[in-house]
Amino acid sequence: MKVPVLRLSGLGKRFGSNTIFSGVDLDVLPGDRIAILGASGSGKSTLLRCINFLEHPDEGRIEVGGQLIGHVTGPNGPAVVRYDERELNQLRQRIGMVFQQFNLFPHMTAIANVMEGLVTVRRLAKPEARSKALEQLSRVGLADKADAYPAHLSGGQKQRVAIARALAMEPEILLFDEPTSSLDPALVGEVLGVIEALANEGRTMLLVTHEIGFAYHMATRVVFIANGGIYESGTPDEVLKSPKRALTQQFVADHRRFQF
Amino acid sequence: MTYRWNFASVFDNWQALAMGLAGTLKLSIVCLILGLSLGLLVGFGRRARRAPIRWLSTAFVEFFRNTPVLIQILWFYFALPMIAPIEVSPFLAAVLGITLNAAAYSSEIYRGGIQSIEPGQTEAARAIGMSGLQTLRRIVIPQAVRRILPALTNRGIEIVKTSTLASVVAYVELMQQGKLIASLNFNPIEAYTVVGVMFMLLLYPFVRATYAIERRLARSD
Ligand SMILES: Nc1ncnc2c1ncn2[C@@H]1O[C@H](COP(=O)(O)OP(=O)(O)OP(=O)(O)O)[C@@H](O)[C@H]1O
Ligand SMILES: [Mg+2]
Repeated sequence: MKVPVLRLSGLGKRFGSNTIFSGVDLDVLPGDRIAILGASGSGKSTLLRCINFLEHPDEGRIEVGGQLIGHVTGPNGPAVVRYDERELNQLRQRIGMVFQQFNLFPHMTAIANVMEGLVTVRRLAKPEARSKALEQLSRVGLADKADAYPAHLSGGQKQRVAIARALAMEPEILLFDEPTSSLDPALVGEVLGVIEALANEGRTMLLVTHEIGFAYHMATRVVFIANGGIYESGTPDEVLKSPKRALTQQFVADHRRFQF
Repeated sequence: MTYRWNFASVFDNWQALAMGLAGTLKLSIVCLILGLSLGLLVGFGRRARRAPIRWLSTAFVEFFRNTPVLIQILWFYFALPMIAPIEVSPFLAAVLGITLNAAAYSSEIYRGGIQSIEPGQTEAARAIGMSGLQTLRRIVIPQAVRRILPALTNRGIEIVKTSTLASVVAYVELMQQGKLIASLNFNPIEAYTVVGVMFMLLLYPFVRATYAIERRLARSD
């Protein structure tokens, strides 16, 4: 049996008294491509952000490559997992994240954005970092934009640079949070094309998206989030073609209404 | 009746003015460096996770922002030696008064600058494994500096001009020397005019330099 690259068990997150989700169990095997769907505000982003600890989960465990992140404390009373900043910094290098708003560093050129992690975090020498960064930029088709500042790039190009920036750290898992939602429709294709190419390489990824057609074609598994947890999950055919539960059926119907 | 300007009587005292200029430069540079660095610390203090640090920083800002620098300098010079066993020179009193005031004002500029950087920037930096400190140094501060440079320039100019208040404790700087020349030669109008023009000549190149830096930093737009 393969060891999951990522295992969530009993994961829960609250903001104040507002429970966003609880009891989330998820095993991600190497090469899995998991599409996470759900209504706006259902907690998809929060779940993704907990996986690389941009938010700290309030309960449950996260294991990456078979290893528990953090350490369990409290022999008396409920076990609590405490996290160590240094460990989290290490962990985040192994988990790439691509944001809806790209979040490129505007004061750096495209290639400097991609080099940043290699130089500052990995401490590679500049020339080596540069050639690695150029490799990643070529892979997303932007080698010729290496010296352009983000302000001079289109939305689609920005997102491709952001993907290259994540790839440069050679992550074991890629997290995409609605990577095409803030793009002009005409630019969505170029970004989805890059993600598809990564999928074809067999990369492990979790993708939050409203592009339900894309999810159907590229995901190995679809997870539908509702009511503060995983509401329904299965193969794309199971969840998107013949959903079993009411909210999933409603969601799929809403999203397919205007497709042709 | 026309006034007969007599600048010669001022320029005859060029040695006194040169001493004053040296004093102004020394005081200004020390206060610029200390005031603007302490301001950065206090600016971060106001956003600290620990509440006592936040309260202290806020109290500091409100206290020094809302009391006149002139009074602070006088107080450090006359009152501080009475409550603490230290000797306070005119220079030290002026440095304390001006620096603490500059720190209070500039901390607000820094705080605004840091707050204006979108959280997404920090998140993207943390997401590639950068530490909090690396994120500040590489991502947040460089962008914040671009945004606050004009405000910081103003503050810097203000610090240099505030150095004239040191004359209240007879620290030898341009204003003090202007006073001296005026009282010896009965030419206050000329003496203060010359001092004013000297400040202009001192500050203008500094302002031009910051414009050049702003242009250089704007390359990424
Ligand atoms: N930092 C925060 N503090 C308080 N509440 C938050 C915070 N972040 C998110 N929330 C709340 O958590 C809930 C889930 O938000 P989240 O962004 O995870 O939803 P989502 O499924 O990604 O929605 P969308 O499809 O609109 O992106 C929302 O009600 C949101 O208001
Ligand atoms: Mg979201």
